[in-house]
Amino acid sequence: MSVTTLPPTETFRIGMLWTDTRYRSSTIQVIALFIVMLLGAFLINNIIVNLAAQGQDFSFGFLTEPAYYDINQRLIEYDSRSPHWKAALVGILNTLLVAVLGCILATVIGVVAGVLRLSKNWLVSRLLAVYVEGCRNVPVLMQILLLYGIFIEILPRPKAATPMLDGAFVATNRGFYIPSVISHDGAGVVLAVLVASVAGIIYFRRWARARQERTGQIAPVMLVSLGLLIIPTTIAFFAMGSPFSLEYPELKGFNYKGGIHMRNSLVALWLALSIYTGAFIAEIVRAGIQAISKGQTEAAYALGLRPNRTMRLIILPQALRIIIPPMISNYLNLTKNSSLAIFVGYMDVTGTLGGITLNQTGRALESILLLMAFYLTASLLISAAMNKYNESVKLKER
Amino acid sequence: MSDKSSIAYVATEEKPQRPAPASTTGVLGWTKENLFATPLNTALTILSFLFLAWMLPGIVQWAVLDAVWTADSYRSCLEISNNGACWAVVGARFDQFIYGFYPHDLRWRADLAFVLLCVALVPLLWDKTPHRGKMMLLSLLYPFVAYMLIWGDGFIFSEVESKKLGGFLLTMIIGVSGIAFSLPLGILLALGRNSDMPFIKSLCVGFIEFIRGVPLITLLFVASTLLSYFLPRGTNFDIILRVVIMVTLFASAYMAEVIRGGLAALPRGQYEAADALGLDYWQSMRLIILPQALKISIPGIVNTFIGLFKDTTLVSVIGLLDPLGLTQSVLADSKWNGTVVELYVFIAAIFFVFCFAMSRYSMYLERKLSAGDRH
Repeated sequence: MSVTTLPPTETFRIGMLWTDTRYRSSTIQVIALFIVMLLGAFLINNIIVNLAAQGQDFSFGFLTEPAYYDINQRLIEYDSRSPHWKAALVGILNTLLVAVLGCILATVIGVVAGVLRLSKNWLVSRLLAVYVEGCRNVPVLMQILLLYGIFIEILPRPKAATPMLDGAFVATNRGFYIPSVISHDGAGVVLAVLVASVAGIIYFRRWARARQERTGQIAPVMLVSLGLLIIPTTIAFFAMGSPFSLEYPELKGFNYKGGIHMRNSLVALWLALSIYTGAFIAEIVRAGIQAISKGQTEAAYALGLRPNRTMRLIILPQALRIIIPPMISNYLNLTKNSSLAIFVGYMDVTGTLGGITLNQTGRALESILLLMAFYLTASLLISAAMNKYNESVKLKER
Repeated sequence: MSDKSSIAYVATEEKPQRPAPASTTGVLGWTKENLFATPLNTALTILSFLFLAWMLPGIVQWAVLDAVWTADSYRSCLEISNNGACWAVVGARFDQFIYGFYPHDLRWRADLAFVLLCVALVPLLWDKTPHRGKMMLLSLLYPFVAYMLIWGDGFIFSEVESKKLGGFLLTMIIGVSGIAFSLPLGILLALGRNSDMPFIKSLCVGFIEFIRGVPLITLLFVASTLLSYFLPRGTNFDIILRVVIMVTLFASAYMAEVIRGGLAALPRGQYEAADALGLDYWQSMRLIILPQALKISIPGIVNTFIGLFKDTTLVSVIGLLDPLGLTQSVLADSKWNGTVVELYVFIAAIFFVFCFAMSRYSMYLERKLSAGDRH
C-alpha cells in the first residue's frame, strides 16, 4: 500500500517576495527596472527643461550648415565652406588613418620585440625589457607630446634640412616628406593584372590543398605563389611603359612641395601610439609563445615534422589562439587612444566633431552623442568580429 | 697467470681537478654563452651595440654632461650651454608641479595627507603589519581625513577651492580615489554580469560595453560640458568630483572584465561546493568564490590601476591643472618658453616611478600568493 503525501498547501504572503528564493530574483529585477526607469525619466526631463531654458532644441540640422573652418590634414576634398558633416567625415577618416597605420606598425614592433625578448642573447633581451617596461609605465599622452616636442625642437627648418635616401625622404620641423606615387595611362591595366594574380594565388592554394588532402602530394605553394604575385605584374608594368612613377619632394622657397606631406602631429601620434601599443603586444606575444608547452614541440618532432612545419602547424596555431584576442583589444585601445590627437592638433574626429564643431555651434549634446556613437560602433564591430574568430578557433572539446 | 699489477696502471692518489676551459667560465665564458652563442646572436649583439652607440652618447650629453641645473630663465640656460637640457626649469617650478596653486602656508596639510596615505596603505599592502585588522579599519577612515585636510572643513581647517588644486597632488587625488572606488564597483559589475537575473545582467553588460567602447576623453567632455544638461537646473558640483566619478566609472568597466575573467577561470566545482555547504549567494561569494577569483586576477587588476593612474594625464583636456596642464602655464611664461622636452621628460619620469612600483608590487604579490598553492 502506497502512501501519497499531498504537497503542503501554500499561502502566498507578501513577505515571501523577499524571503523566498523563488520570488526574490524577480522582485529585485522589478525594483531595478523601476529605479532605472525613474532615473531615465529624471535625466530626460532635465535635458528637456535645460534645453528649453537655454532656448535650444535637439536637432542634427547643424550638420548640413557650412563649417567655416579649415582642416590641414585631409584625405578627401574639403574646404571651409563644406558642411559640418563633411568635417566630421574628414575627422573620421583621419582617425581611421592613424588607427590603421598604428595597428600595422604596433604589430610589427610588438612581434619583433616579443620574440627578441625571449632571445638567449643577454644584451638584446635586456634592451627589450627596458623598452617594454619603459613604455608601458609612462602615459601614452606623455609619449605623444614628448615625441611631438622633440620633432619640433630638434628637426631642422625646411631650408636647413638634408634630404635622405637620394632625396626621397626629408625630415623637417614642419613635418616629414615622402615620395608620392603618380599613375599615368595604363595604370589600371597593371592594377587589374595584380588583382587577377592575387585571385589566381587564392585559387591555386585551394587547389593545392584539395589535392594534398586527396592524394597526399604537396605542391610547392610558396614558390608558385611568389611567382604568380611578382612575374605577371612586372611584365604588365613594363609592357604598359612604367605607368607608375614617384614624385619626390622638392624645396621650393621656404617649404618642400610635392610628395606626401606627413605633418609632425600625425607622425608623432602614429609613432608614439605604435611604440606604446607595441610594448603591450610584445608582452602578449611573449606570453603566448611561452604558454605552449615544450611537449608540443617534442610530440611534433616525434611525429617526424621538421622544425619549420612544427612552428607553422603545431606551435603557431596554438599560440595564436592565445595571442589574437588580447591583441585585438589592444588594437581597440590604440584606436581609442588616437583621440589624444587633440593634444597635438591632429584633426581626428575628436578634434573636428568634438572640438571645433562643438565649440562653433554650441551643440554639445548632439556632437558628443555622435562622437560616442562613432567610437562605440567601431568598437562593437571589432568586438563582434573578434567573438566570431574566438568561436572559430575555440578548442573543440568533446 | 701473469702479474697484472706490473702492466696495469693504478693511480694511488686522486688527480687534482683541472679548471674548466677558460672559454666557458668567467667573463669570457659568459660573453660567449650570452652574447655570441650563434651567428644570429652575434649579429644581434653587434646591432644592439651599434644602436646603443648611436643613441646613448647623445642622450647622456644632453641630459647630464651639457645639462644646466641652476639658472633663472631659459635664456640664461642657453648662455651657459647651448645644447644641453635646462633642468633649471624643473627646480624653479617644482613646488607648482607638486601642489599646483595650493596656498603656500597650507601646504603642510597636503604633505600630511600624503604621509597619512602612506601610513594608511601599510596595513593594506604589507601582511605582517601588527594588528592588521584594526589598522585596516583605521585605513577606511583615511578618505574622510584626507578630504578634510585637502579641501578643509571650514571649522578647524580653512577651506581651499578646487581650482587651486593641481600638479601631482591632483594626480594623486584622482588616481587614488579612482583606484579605491573602481575595485568594489568593478566587482559588483562583474557579479552582475555573471548573474542569472536577465535584467540585471543586461544592465551590467550594457554599461560595461558602453564604457569600454568610448575613449576616456569623450567621458571627460561629458563631465565638463554635458553634465549640466543632465542635472536639474542650478545644480553645479565640483569639477574634480565629476572627474573622479568619470574616471572611476571608466576604470570599473575594465576592472569588471578583468574580474569576470577570474570568475570564469574558477572550476565549476567551487560554486557547487559552496552551494553544497548551504552558503547563500553573498556568503559563497565572500568566503569561497571572490578570494580565489580576485587572486587569479591580480595582474589584471593592477594593470587596470596602472592604466587609470596613467589616464589621469587626460584631465588637462578639460582645463584641470594636473602636471600636464601646468606645463602649458610654464611654457606660456616668457622666462621658460622653450623647455618643452625637459618638462615632459620630468613628468614622464615621475609617472614611470609610480607605475613601475605598482607593477613590481603586483609581481611580488603574485609570487607570494602562488607560493601558497604549492603546499
